[in-house]
Amino acid sequence: MKQITATGTTMDEAVQSALEQLQTSKDKVDVHVIDEGKKGFLGFGSKPAIVKVSIRKTPVQDAESYISEVAAQMGAPVEIKTDVRDRDITMELVSDKVAMLIGKRGQTLNSLQYLAQLAVNRESDQFYTVMIDAEGYRERRKETLQNLAERLAEKAIRTGKDVRIEPMPSYERKIIHAALQNHKQVETLSDGKEPRRFVVIRPS
Amino acid sequence: MQALIETIVTPLVDHPSDIEIDVKEEDEKIVYHLSVHPDDVGKVIGKNGRIAKAIRTVVYAAGSDSEKRIYLDIM
Repeated sequence: MKQITATGTTMDEAVQSALEQLQTSKDKVDVHVIDEGKKGFLGFGSKPAIVKVSIRKTPVQDAESYISEVAAQMGAPVEIKTDVRDRDITMELVSDKVAMLIGKRGQTLNSLQYLAQLAVNRESDQFYTVMIDAEGYRERRKETLQNLAERLAEKAIRTGKDVRIEPMPSYERKIIHAALQNHKQVETLSDGKEPRRFVVIRPS
Repeated sequence: MQALIETIVTPLVDHPSDIEIDVKEEDEKIVYHLSVHPDDVGKVIGKNGRIAKAIRTVVYAAGSDSEKRIYLDIM
């Protein structure tokens, strides 16, 4: 965290001096008073005011630094491109070792995403969602799931029995539900408890 | 590996100074034992062990290159 200790004849001056040195404005910092200072009398017994001013991190910066530190420790340093819409943070990871960060069926990517979301929201008053993508994995996964949904819908119709899909996170189940929403011969539902909740395709 | 575990866990807990990671190296595996402040246990395990599972997934992914199997014990 970027922080600085500054002094001034008054508190306001000390804070102002810190803001100038940090090149920021008062609404983006936390001010911690170390010494309020004393005015003294006729120049005697005066003490300067001392404040510690630190730049407040935004949830977006928290998310970025968390992922970049964890990835570096994993031995897969990343570059992050972040896109923020309201309270949805989307991070695109670029790395030489992207396969390690994605993992089997995206499980490592999903875990990183979940942990980053927890880390961000522990500090924040408002709830942010964090989505992490790497090399267009989410889009490819979406196509895979849509194809899977079609195939398993056919299987359900052919056998006349429920087809259960392996457990997956909510945003992946949503893709399956959406893919079969207008399908006339099957309906979809979710069963089981998180984190092992899964989709069932039922012939109707 | 200890540094990785610490990096993952630190922002999740209220008492980062109480994070302890012990390592036990055995013949075919390395066991990392993570303990945190009693108030933070829920924050590293989560509902149905969801957080613990995510931490393990990331740690095991990083350990897949190493020769020995890696285990992470929490509390």
